[in-house]
Amino acid sequence: MADTIALEVTRYCPERDAEPSFQTFEAPLRKDWVVLDALNYIKDKVDGSLSFRWSCRMGICGSCGMMVNGEPKLTCATFLSNYAPGPIRVQPLQYFPVVRDLVIEMTDFLNKLKAVKPWIVRREEKPLSAGEYLQTPEQMDAYKQYSMCINCMLCYAACPVYGLEKHFKGPAVLALAQRYNKDSRDQGAGERTDLLSQEDGIWDCTFVGECTKVCPKNVDPAGAIQQYKLTATIEWFQSLLMPWGAK
Amino acid sequence: MNETPAYTEFHPRWYRPRVSTYWWLWRWPYLKFIIRELSSLSVVSFVVMALLQLSALRRGPQAYAEFQELVKHPFLIALAAVSLFFVVFHAITWFNLTPSAMPVRVKGKRLPDFLVAAPNYVVWLVLSGAVAWVVLGG
Repeated sequence: MADTIALEVTRYCPERDAEPSFQTFEAPLRKDWVVLDALNYIKDKVDGSLSFRWSCRMGICGSCGMMVNGEPKLTCATFLSNYAPGPIRVQPLQYFPVVRDLVIEMTDFLNKLKAVKPWIVRREEKPLSAGEYLQTPEQMDAYKQYSMCINCMLCYAACPVYGLEKHFKGPAVLALAQRYNKDSRDQGAGERTDLLSQEDGIWDCTFVGECTKVCPKNVDPAGAIQQYKLTATIEWFQSLLMPWGAK
Repeated sequence: MNETPAYTEFHPRWYRPRVSTYWWLWRWPYLKFIIRELSSLSVVSFVVMALLQLSALRRGPQAYAEFQELVKHPFLIALAAVSLFFVVFHAITWFNLTPSAMPVRVKGKRLPDFLVAAPNYVVWLVLSGAVAWVVLGG
């Protein structure tokens, strides 16, 4: 195995460049090194101006998502040796505006996330003295998979619908809405339905399915969206047949 | 510090890449998705041919014989062969997506994906067998 591996990294300086270009760096090819280690090596030893997001280095924080050889990856979980002899092309997550080098702008995602109320909505809160909201293991199972989402946005970079339709809420937001809809303690499904069962909600999804494949936490956003389509259709039929029924 | 700091919102010039019209060409999963979507046109062509066949059947033996002659044209045979390939592709790709859209739980455990997809294939085979039996004259 060679001692080093080449990384072709996107460079973009908004004050200077009209568009991004690639700069090639050599980094040590160590068996236990991931792409993020190589980027940190470059920043520490070669070029301190290289900008990228990272934090935990263990697939929890969801900050270090980038395109590695054209695929959305958490760079902290992507080993250099899998790409030997290289070169490895590292780009910012696609379909997002680029702020600088490998840093993307995520306000759009955060606004959409907030809009679907990703928290437990109660019509009336119990007093503290009434104790916890209890849940059986089966009830927890209903939403646990979706609760593993770390907001890394790899699914957005894998979703061509999000790339083409900027109003689309996107995979993670819809999966996280389902996470609360399916929680037995939550009573906000009706409020979320108005947002989710619109064209820019679930109906924009054409079931490409790549969001599920790239998810590092096996959340399965594509499944969540298709299952919600079924729920929304059943609810629509019910409201048609029984318009007097409460939502 | 009594002074209220005056913040200037720094708004860098973001680079907004344009999505190429040919985004689906460069990765197999995307190309497969587009083929799956376009294969619905083959489903339409099959349905149209079946409706024309029924219409000919309704108009009597003479019309049906004419229809049979018509579909012997090499172009229509080629169209039928291509349509068959894409209809099978359409059916298989959709059947394989069923477990994702409709997870089935038995006693709290999620059934393996192949068990959820399998009934689609069974029904497909049974119906195809029944149609073949009728067409080939029982």
